[in-house]
Amino acid sequence: MDRVLPQPTPETRHFWEGCKAGELRLQRCVACRHSYFPPRPFCPACGNREVEVYPASGRATLYSYVINHRPRPDMGTEPHSIAVVALAEGPRMMTNIVGCPQTPEALVLDMPVEVTFQSFSDEISLPLFTPAKA
Amino acid sequence: MKQKSVAVVGAAETTKMGRIPDMSVLGLHADAALNALADCGLKPSDIDGVATAGESPVQLAQYLGITPTWADGTSVGGCSFMLHVRHAAAAINEGLCKTVLITHGESGRSRIGAGRFGGAPSSQNGQFEAPYGPVGPPSMFTIPVLRFMKDVGVSIEELAMVAVIQREWAALNPRATFKDPITIDDVLNSTMIAYPFRLLMCCLVTDGGGALVLTSAERAKDFPQKPVYILGTGESVETPMVSQMEDFTSSKAFRVSGKKAFDEAGISHADVDHLMIYDAFAHLPLYGLEDLGFCGRGEAAKFIWERNTAPPSAGKKGGKLPLNTNGGGLSYMHSGMYGMYALQESVRQMRGIAPAQVPGAKISVSHGVGGMFGASGTVIFTNEA
Repeated sequence: MDRVLPQPTPETRHFWEGCKAGELRLQRCVACRHSYFPPRPFCPACGNREVEVYPASGRATLYSYVINHRPRPDMGTEPHSIAVVALAEGPRMMTNIVGCPQTPEALVLDMPVEVTFQSFSDEISLPLFTPAKA
Repeated sequence: MKQKSVAVVGAAETTKMGRIPDMSVLGLHADAALNALADCGLKPSDIDGVATAGESPVQLAQYLGITPTWADGTSVGGCSFMLHVRHAAAAINEGLCKTVLITHGESGRSRIGAGRFGGAPSSQNGQFEAPYGPVGPPSMFTIPVLRFMKDVGVSIEELAMVAVIQREWAALNPRATFKDPITIDDVLNSTMIAYPFRLLMCCLVTDGGGALVLTSAERAKDFPQKPVYILGTGESVETPMVSQMEDFTSSKAFRVSGKKAFDEAGISHADVDHLMIYDAFAHLPLYGLEDLGFCGRGEAAKFIWERNTAPPSAGKKGGKLPLNTNGGGLSYMHSGMYGMYALQESVRQMRGIAPAQVPGAKISVSHGVGGMFGASGTVIFTNEA
């Protein structure tokens, strides 16, 4: 079964184009310098419409997660993580932690992780995270 | 709002509860509505205000034959009915209508005439959460809990104890779906759903409904049932995406809604005789007790562990703050939007007719959550005019 995929809107297209190009793009306010996610064409901290897109470092820490033992059909048959990571730049995002066993022993809160992009269609690559290389 | 200016005069749940394959969602709304109207001796034509969630108030009005001068379709998840009570009280006080019917019905288990869960792939949830595999609340609402357990210091046994004590309450309620006692081991050995959540830490999935009828305190005296007055209310919303909540160890919507309700009611926590905290999952009463201010940060798990919220049971003493006395979403019933059942239990406690009645209870707090920590509503009731 095909993976459930996002449908970009005009306000989020830069983010998904970035993922396709292998770049995690965040936004920040030109006035108050607040970095934020998910994308929107104004600053959620101060309401200013002048915002800029910039490439994030891709570094993050594991903030919280579950290991879903009843996977959705498009997610395969094995238990998998559904995680929230705290990006080095501040914002948090939902993702999957890949490239390691999907167990509490391998998935330790606050461990460093880094972004990796996986292509699922011509348009969409999802930003997933993997344990950071030492 | 003005304290005690509006009262609940009619309250009822659906005739049946649990598995109701012979009724659609709309049918469950109507069954609950007719029961609540019978409870207060009114006919649909006596109603001039309607509020509901899930279904549209337009569906409800036409189906029941009501011509309202006020309608509220606020639909922010399971606490929508707390918000309806708040909005209805304001509308009655403002003279927009006189007698409000609030309904809930959901075919959570049988899925008769039920809609689909989830948003469009272009929504924020569709773009920034759905691609990573969440399958509804069990693998979404649960995501913050590992962070909560680490930061405030809660053990898995303490989380399991929430379910154990609510089962003790359910044992006292003949209408509860699950009544057999369970132990911490039973909870920790039940099927893994979404680590660290096991089956018995998750709510039931049932069919059912409930309805309330509200009117001014002045008129309330003329109705057959003991009026249950609204003392204070609160509401707030935070985020449609659990991943974007400000703090995984505390709900901003809970804090804002709870404070507003307590301020309006002009009471302190010590004045509260009975408490309902929407428990879709075992961690919610922990967040609720702390965010409403009944417990300090990191104290809620211990508070429950030490039986402060428990009924007298098997020779053990009951606690000073009876919580989720119907058995809660974990053991009583949960059709999807449980807030209505929390309100129903508060009303029963204030009328003095609950199966597990708290003796002499005068003030009851009913606190609900909507979505995955997305919204919140709080209603404080009293039976003293």
